[in-house]
Amino acid sequence: MAVMSYLEAIRETLRQEMRHDQRIIIYGEDVGVRGGVFRVTEGLQKEFGEDRVIDSPLAEAAIIGTAIGAAVNGLRPVPEIQFADFIFPAFNQIVQEAARIRYRSNGEFGVPLVIRAPFGGGVHGALYHSQSVEAFFAHVPGLKVVIPSTPYDAKGLLAAAIQDEDPVLYFEHKAAYRSIKGEVPEERYIIPIGKADLKRPGKDLSIITYGLMVSYAQKAAETLEKEGISVEILDLRSIRPLDVEMILETAKRTGKVLIVHEDNLTGGIGGEVSALIAEHALFDLDAPIMRLAGPDVPAMPYSPPLEHAFMVTSDKITEAARKLAKF
Amino acid sequence: MATLNMTPELLKEMYYTMALSRALDDRMWILNRQGRAPVVYSANGHEAVQVGSAMALNRGEDWIVPYYRDLAMVLAYGMTPREVMLHLLGRADDPNSGGRQMPAHWGLKRRHILTTGSVVATQDVHAAGLALASKVLKDGRVSMASFGEGSTSQGEFHEALNFAAVHKLPVIFLNENNGYAISVPARKQMAIMDVAAKAQGYGMPGVIVDGNDPVKVYEVTAEAADRARRGEGPTLIEAKTYRFVPHSSDDDDRAYRSREEVAEWKKRDPVITFEKRLLDEKVMTAEELKTFQQRIKDEVNDATDFAEKAALPDPATLWRYVYAD
Repeated sequence: MAVMSYLEAIRETLRQEMRHDQRIIIYGEDVGVRGGVFRVTEGLQKEFGEDRVIDSPLAEAAIIGTAIGAAVNGLRPVPEIQFADFIFPAFNQIVQEAARIRYRSNGEFGVPLVIRAPFGGGVHGALYHSQSVEAFFAHVPGLKVVIPSTPYDAKGLLAAAIQDEDPVLYFEHKAAYRSIKGEVPEERYIIPIGKADLKRPGKDLSIITYGLMVSYAQKAAETLEKEGISVEILDLRSIRPLDVEMILETAKRTGKVLIVHEDNLTGGIGGEVSALIAEHALFDLDAPIMRLAGPDVPAMPYSPPLEHAFMVTSDKITEAARKLAKF
Repeated sequence: MATLNMTPELLKEMYYTMALSRALDDRMWILNRQGRAPVVYSANGHEAVQVGSAMALNRGEDWIVPYYRDLAMVLAYGMTPREVMLHLLGRADDPNSGGRQMPAHWGLKRRHILTTGSVVATQDVHAAGLALASKVLKDGRVSMASFGEGSTSQGEFHEALNFAAVHKLPVIFLNENNGYAISVPARKQMAIMDVAAKAQGYGMPGVIVDGNDPVKVYEVTAEAADRARRGEGPTLIEAKTYRFVPHSSDDDDRAYRSREEVAEWKKRDPVITFEKRLLDEKVMTAEELKTFQQRIKDEVNDATDFAEKAALPDPATLWRYVYAD
């Protein structure tokens, strides 16, 4: 089986799905000739032509709004927003148009659309190239929000998103693009959206997380294993819909839950996961639910000490998990 | 009329649809004032631009993405009076939305009328996107978005025209300029006289047309559609017109425009002037007109009765159609 980076897995999935389905088009800022600022779409315009891999004008609302029209009229658009931070000019098109078209037309129209966007910090991207924006969209019925943590998941989830009949936001952690590698099968496969994945079984406590934080949590678990603390890791993979069943199972199994995300603490997905556990598994808990998240400051600063202070790291996860284990 | 390349049948259908729209519109206001319909948005005054443009398209095949003013347009595009009334009264069988949307939020898949929201100019980019798919799929379709002049202040109006022009998309942008965005006059919306002048900045033709003359609107729209089908890209059409009634049944236009101004425009009421033209030019006989008027009355009565007797949505359906599965 081929070993690929997270980024290569995304690119090869786009290529494979585009070969399979002529209706798929890609567009966005710099995705054509340049192959995207991160090179995710490199070589795709050469293979599929300018009609299917389109360098669009620099206007996010138009990128998403035209993708909605194109989806209704028979294509499967996979537009890219260059940085998740730039998605907000298209917020109305995503939240009030794409997400509602099926509902407001009483099921007559649908919008099969995948919006890809790199998110997350730790790469000196500062306030406008580092954000985690997923909670805004996870709040919205009609949308699905997918965040893979490994190359294998990236492929299966992207294929599922492309084949889905509804709008899917597919967030890729930019720090994972080249740092995370893994085995990816050659053949096509899908991972159903809404299924979490137990990335590591354990006994003493559960870390529930997603995206880049999964690999940080794994590193923390290895450290803690040497101290005799057994950590279970549940990778949510999609934050809308949430896999409620697996969330409750892991909470009941270990009795201690640490929820980790890079997104800001307040209003982040951790609050929702925590509420679910409190509602349905409170009496199986041996300790209060703990959250470790990005601090409630407007966004990630640029200068290294400030950026580091914002970022959730393996060390911070290790420390929080150790504290929880000792409760 | 002698220069017209249009059959008498089409001209009469134009008139019939305009008059039907006016009659339905009047009925909706009555229902509102009687407390039987919560809110009404009117096409009253806009019938010529809406019917003239719609009939120049390949109806039911080409896409239209209308706005809330477009009652006459959706009628011309094949929505029935019964369907309009089901929508007004929020009935379960409303094909626009199953009673979910406010009145005048049109959408009818069967006739290629895309569902619409309330935030203005969002539909402009959707029309460009429909056209993008037509270009890629080579399906020969043209798309048309319509909108008021107020919405041309929105960023998405600009983004749609720019995107469509760069990619030479088969799309028509139809502005129904009635001079007011609710109460705000066009001079507070833009520092130029004509919406059409904006086209130059995007590299597409901008055409001004008398929006109270359905034949002229038909001609410029047909030309724009031909241009789009030839692969020459989008056109911006500005149809100058007027709305004879307040913005909605909750508005009072006496607060922002004089009765004299309204009376002046009413001299050019598109339904009345077109009726006179067809009679004068002997396209339509007085007998035919009488038959039309009776048929319209019957249709409006039938639609009202039908919709009032129709079932309301079952609350249990609230959860339906959030997702496909």
